[in-house]
Amino acid sequence: MSSATTAFEKCRAEGRAALVGYLPAGFPTVDGSIEAMKAMVDAGCDVIEVGLPYSDPVMDGPTIQAAAQQALEGGIRTRDVLRVVEAVAGTGVPTLVMTYWNPIERYGVETFAADLAGAGGAGLITPDITPDFGQDWIAAADAHDLDKVFLVAPSSTDARIAMTTAACRGFVYATAVMGVTGARTTTSDLAGPLVSRTRALSPSEGADLPVGVGLGVSNGDQAAEVASYADGVIVGSAFVRALLDHADDPSAGIAALRTLTEDLAEGVRRA
Amino acid sequence: MSVQQWDADEHGWFGDSWGGRFMPEALVAALDELTDAWQTAMADPGFVAEFEAICRDYAGTPSRLYHAERLSEKVGARILLKREDLNHTGAHKVRNVLGQALLTRKMGKTRVIAETGAGQHGVASATAAAYFGLDCTVYMGAVDTRRQALNVARMQLLGAKVIPVESGSATLKDAINEALRDWVASVDHTAYLFGTAAGPHPFPSMVRDFTRGIGDEARAQCLEQYGVLPDAVAACVGGGSNAIGLFTAFLDDPEVAIYGFEPGGDGVETGRHAATIHAGESGVLHGARTYVLQDEDGQTIESHSISAGLDYPGVGPQHAHLAQTGRAAYIPVTDAEAMDALALLARTEGIIPAIESAHAVAGALDVARKLAEEKGPDATVLINLSGRGDKDMGTAIEWFGLGDAEADDTDGGQA
Repeated sequence: MSSATTAFEKCRAEGRAALVGYLPAGFPTVDGSIEAMKAMVDAGCDVIEVGLPYSDPVMDGPTIQAAAQQALEGGIRTRDVLRVVEAVAGTGVPTLVMTYWNPIERYGVETFAADLAGAGGAGLITPDITPDFGQDWIAAADAHDLDKVFLVAPSSTDARIAMTTAACRGFVYATAVMGVTGARTTTSDLAGPLVSRTRALSPSEGADLPVGVGLGVSNGDQAAEVASYADGVIVGSAFVRALLDHADDPSAGIAALRTLTEDLAEGVRRA
Repeated sequence: MSVQQWDADEHGWFGDSWGGRFMPEALVAALDELTDAWQTAMADPGFVAEFEAICRDYAGTPSRLYHAERLSEKVGARILLKREDLNHTGAHKVRNVLGQALLTRKMGKTRVIAETGAGQHGVASATAAAYFGLDCTVYMGAVDTRRQALNVARMQLLGAKVIPVESGSATLKDAINEALRDWVASVDHTAYLFGTAAGPHPFPSMVRDFTRGIGDEARAQCLEQYGVLPDAVAACVGGGSNAIGLFTAFLDDPEVAIYGFEPGGDGVETGRHAATIHAGESGVLHGARTYVLQDEDGQTIESHSISAGLDYPGVGPQHAHLAQTGRAAYIPVTDAEAMDALALLARTEGIIPAIESAHAVAGALDVARKLAEEKGPDATVLINLSGRGDKDMGTAIEWFGLGDAEADDTDGGQA
């Protein structure tokens, strides 16, 4: 099993930030999402987040909502998401699942952790639970040696950042803007200070917890800007958009995804 | 009955596992701030007095407890109606929004957002925003904006911006999703006036505190007017704000049976219903662990009820706890049963209830008939008539085939 930490350490050794790419499983189809994520790995993503489509995605903007809705209408099941994880993790790149909480609770927290580990998944990113309400998941993740990626936000108090980072493994996800997912034309001026605060408040023992920054990045220039202060640049909506824009022509969608990934991968290497 | 801890603990847990706060970290600071403000306010006699004065002078509380004599004769037991339908804006919801809007003003925020299903909470929120001079944006499922065009117009007239929500199933749950998305981006100056006793801590407890006047008043009125406590109290349960507002005063009266009537839609066996406690399973929706209508994978299932205000696939977590402990019974009432009760109340008492409240009437009359067999005519059932039916006339016209002066079919209500 490959923790996201290994990818961040490799990038750090190369003197650059990691590129973390997100796509929902089952979008545009289960096999189509596997092909798309493999293309993202091939074109330069260091870590993959596999989205688990959910009926009530309160943290997502219209782009990711539309993709998740399409996946659900296509009949995606939780077990299909695990199949996507297995296929993508087979490339050797750390592969995490990003999911709202209820599908995991429904599947069974312990069973999901076991099956995720069995599929070669690295862990979970959980946008709608915090460590203080995530005890079941923390226990299951620890039992199965999985990454636990919780989020911090510009509104987080110092005490909560310390509590959150202490509970994370793999990396901590810093939400750069106060808002839902979606590509933005400018990156946030809240992100830099949040990353500094998060670094200062992370547990000092052991290896430094990498800080990934997400929400809004859509091109290489923005990626370079974020990479100048963060350990990882997380991109989601822009990848989804690339596929949505070529809905009638899957191979053109994959080509657009490659082009975008290469641009972003070049961005995280600028320094 | 042994002493029970009905209130949530400091983390928002009712019992061991209902409620809590399953929310994005970005909103935790705001929820903590709200929790502090609410707890400070409830402990402040000045705030409580101001809230009560506004409810009294502006909303018209305490609402009357009315002995429905003709209806009582029909069922053979004493039927008491808590007339929340006579409050300003026509429903119990005004209590909740006045409380939350007053708190918003104390917190120094200038804008409120709200979700609405039928439009009742949206209208109440727009009203409170006008009263306190706050900006107001209401999210409403696009399907509901078409079903409830009159309420959209009322909100607009009151100065609120109404945003139709097209995502997901375009109903109440999606309006909540969209309001939460707004709130994540606006939380520094915006308060979320949550419309029911559900959602993340502190909303279930805070909304209960602002609506519990219903039960506190009704209990005192019943004792004063009849010298006894009711044998049973009844309310409809969608998210559950009017129900928890009624039930709270009676939780420690073990001799009072408590009934929540859930929207049974076309019948629970058809799958087209919103009877969340009766037919749902434990899950996490909109920030709380509660009963949820969901599929095998935890995806929320679209609910169905003739009443837009009850059409919600979750329920307040305190109701989940009351159901699990057996303190309250939750029973489905179908669309047809509710509409029969609506017609019956109109014909026997000259009161047209909201379809939501008609669910409570329908279920309570069954309870009353059984109680009458055991206890005779002194058996007393207290029903929360949570809202008036003006907003539902379009549905009633369609259901009963009204509007044609020659024919109508409202005699179907049996007693």
